[in-house]
Amino acid sequence: MITLTINQQPYQIEADPDMPLLWALRDLIGLTGTKYGCGVAQCGACVVHLNGEAVRSCVTKLSRAAGQKIVTIEGLSKNNDHPLQLAWNEVSVPQCGYCHSGQLMSAAVLLRENPNPTDQDIDNAMAGNICRCGTYPRIRKAIHLAAELQKKEGEAK
Amino acid sequence: MKISRRHFIKSTGTAGFALWLGLSAKGLPQKHTAGSALQHFSPFIRIEANGKITIYNTKPEMGQGTFQSFPSLIAEELEVTLDQVTILQSNGEKELGTGQRAGGSASIRTSYLAMRKVGAAAREVLILAAANKWNVTPESCYADRAKVIHKPSNKSFTYGALVEDASKLELPKEPKLKDPKNFNILGKSSKRPDVPLKTCGKAEFGIDVRLPEMLYALVVRCPVIGGTLKTFDAKEALKVPGVKKVAAVERIVGKYHYTGVAIIADSYWNALQGRKKLRVQWDTKGYETFNSVEYEAQLRKLGDEEGLTDKNIGSVETAQILPENELEAFYETPMIAHHTLEPMNCVAQIKDNKLEIWTSTQVPSSVTGTGANDLHKYVGFTPENIKLHAKFIGGGFGRRLYMDYIIEAVNVARLTDKPVKVIWSREETTQQGPFRPMTFSKMKAGFSTAGKLMTFQHKVISPSYFESFQADYDQSKVDSIMVEGIGEQAYEVPNLKTTYVRAECHVPVAAWRSVTSSTLAFAHECFIDELAYKAGKDPMNFRLELLSKPSDSKKVLLKLKELSSWDTPLPQGTGRGVAIWDFFAGLCGQVVEVSHHKDKSITIDRVIALIDLGEVVNPDNVKNQVEGSIIMGLTAAIKPGITFKNGEVAEHNFYDNPLLRIHESPKIEVHILADGGKIKGVGEPGLPPFAPALANAIFAATGTRFRKMPFQLKTE
Repeated sequence: MITLTINQQPYQIEADPDMPLLWALRDLIGLTGTKYGCGVAQCGACVVHLNGEAVRSCVTKLSRAAGQKIVTIEGLSKNNDHPLQLAWNEVSVPQCGYCHSGQLMSAAVLLRENPNPTDQDIDNAMAGNICRCGTYPRIRKAIHLAAELQKKEGEAK
Repeated sequence: MKISRRHFIKSTGTAGFALWLGLSAKGLPQKHTAGSALQHFSPFIRIEANGKITIYNTKPEMGQGTFQSFPSLIAEELEVTLDQVTILQSNGEKELGTGQRAGGSASIRTSYLAMRKVGAAAREVLILAAANKWNVTPESCYADRAKVIHKPSNKSFTYGALVEDASKLELPKEPKLKDPKNFNILGKSSKRPDVPLKTCGKAEFGIDVRLPEMLYALVVRCPVIGGTLKTFDAKEALKVPGVKKVAAVERIVGKYHYTGVAIIADSYWNALQGRKKLRVQWDTKGYETFNSVEYEAQLRKLGDEEGLTDKNIGSVETAQILPENELEAFYETPMIAHHTLEPMNCVAQIKDNKLEIWTSTQVPSSVTGTGANDLHKYVGFTPENIKLHAKFIGGGFGRRLYMDYIIEAVNVARLTDKPVKVIWSREETTQQGPFRPMTFSKMKAGFSTAGKLMTFQHKVISPSYFESFQADYDQSKVDSIMVEGIGEQAYEVPNLKTTYVRAECHVPVAAWRSVTSSTLAFAHECFIDELAYKAGKDPMNFRLELLSKPSDSKKVLLKLKELSSWDTPLPQGTGRGVAIWDFFAGLCGQVVEVSHHKDKSITIDRVIALIDLGEVVNPDNVKNQVEGSIIMGLTAAIKPGITFKNGEVAEHNFYDNPLLRIHESPKIEVHILADGGKIKGVGEPGLPPFAPALANAIFAATGTRFRKMPFQLKTE
């Protein structure tokens, strides 16, 4: 039995400790917002947070995830209102949308570590996330907007 | 900032299906009275007595925005706001016709008037119903935000209150359409309702479907394309915990039938473990000697053949051209994979001789249809026993026009009565095709002694798209898909000849975003550029000189010239390139600016695109589409294609078949022309002109002419 804490909820699953977290999330727990894209840590569609760090869940074994704090796209905010989600909607970033769970989870770590990223910072932090539809210009724009929103949110508090 | 619109979105589900019972379709617009509470004004619109309005979107959503743009056409004329309607995705229901497919950038350009009429007809009967109730003339009433209002008295009825009366009225055949100057939705940027679902993980793609008792499967396929299954030994695989069944299954893609070995397990992970223990022997049938390097050499050689004539205007043979006034060039493009980020997948269940399918597909109508090439033909179920649940598509680009992954999943589902989800790995999605065919282009043109362009020839050498789909393909005829667009550019050349040389190929080929224009425009528009330099003329002005008559292309180029400040000189080491492409999907022109650096690398400084649409539904969505097309065009221009070594695809995954990433994506400005002209498509036209505009800019900056894709952004 493996215990996982996902989006602050405890889950007990019966699974091979070598199973990647991705498949446990999707197939065993039913959190399908985290996507399978490549299986080899190349595309970033499966990015989740493990103790606050962005990891590729397709290559993160359950043995590593057990007992750790995991956040998936479903837990990024309660009401789809993380500054990045607000910005993504305001800028109408997604096309097919398949990669954007991963894009948002990578961007969330960037924005936490660097509240005011430059284009260069964004390129560096987001280069691990592929978007086949080519929404990159909008991802950049939305991250800048989210940085502003986050700032305002901070000021309001 | 108002962002969440989830309140008017509902996922498609079993509830949607019940609505279709008892309906019939005899063309549109048509009224249906399906009961007391529900009133169908056409198969596309449902208004309930409680005021709830539902519009059915028949164009699968793969990122192109039709989930909103298609219903927008109806909503505009129905006089409802998008906030007032629930959009439901259709699932190939008979009542909604055979147009439930997304491809060819066709959704809006082919439905623009028809769907507005559907909305307008419903509006007119609602107004008439209200007028009758009040005993006033319909002319004294108007519709606004789901209400009918009597102008003189300001009395109003909600649509919900009118549905019962309205449903008894005859729908007008030629309803009056709104004056575009009164549009509330069309032509205005708005937020797409699918976006919020895609920022919180709630959008359900095919691969996300979960059903009670669902099993998972993968299929081991022959790595050598064309190979057949000899034997397999599942003994060890079946010992792996969770593995339930191992069996041979067939996949059909076009004329090709392939047999693989399916492993069904209680999880995808366990199926993957089973795969490690499965032993399969293939008969590679001689295809193990197939290599891209040799194949490409054959194609070059085929360039010497005359080929089949496609278009022939004037006579290129008899035009008097001096040898020094002639120019020839040879262009090459590779095979490439679609690389939808959502790998191929499909859930299928067979129970009581009925087939149910949950998947991401561009062609719901073909899954449930009665046509000769629809799914029923391949799976042995009658169309009425096939039920589809169409899901959001994690990238289409043409790949999901084909039902091979569905056919295969159905064959896997035959092995159990439980629902089973077949997932392709990225490697399988990369290696198994179908692929965009490569095209090689032999170009030739000649000037008169006075410097007038007299002849232009474009010979395409490539495998045939049609041949990949029809076993009885007639090789004596030109494959029109493979010469797409090259005989139809607006340039005025007195002697024009386009020809096609078919190349033998055993690898399944397919449409890929913008189809053959994605490769032919590169050769065609780069060669135009070469001719401009040979003539000693500015490439923009050279093109405009070939466009003396009014045309959309001329209009676009003139506007693009202005938008790009074409006549403003650029500094040394930088260059501008232009290209334009007019084809079945639409028309777009682009100017690319590049810099050539001391280390010989090239960077793209900016891209200016102008897309000509005639009419625009959601300008912001159009910009997103063109931005994406440019990035996909750049990917195809500079990233490796699909190559074969010893019969196998040499590339595996994104590490050796990379896609463009954010740090490589250039600055893009998109402009839209929507001047009421011919209605053109959105999803594809932004792609073909990019590669030639880039290569032309590189020539302008460096003097190096790239004639082979992919090319690197650096000079020797």
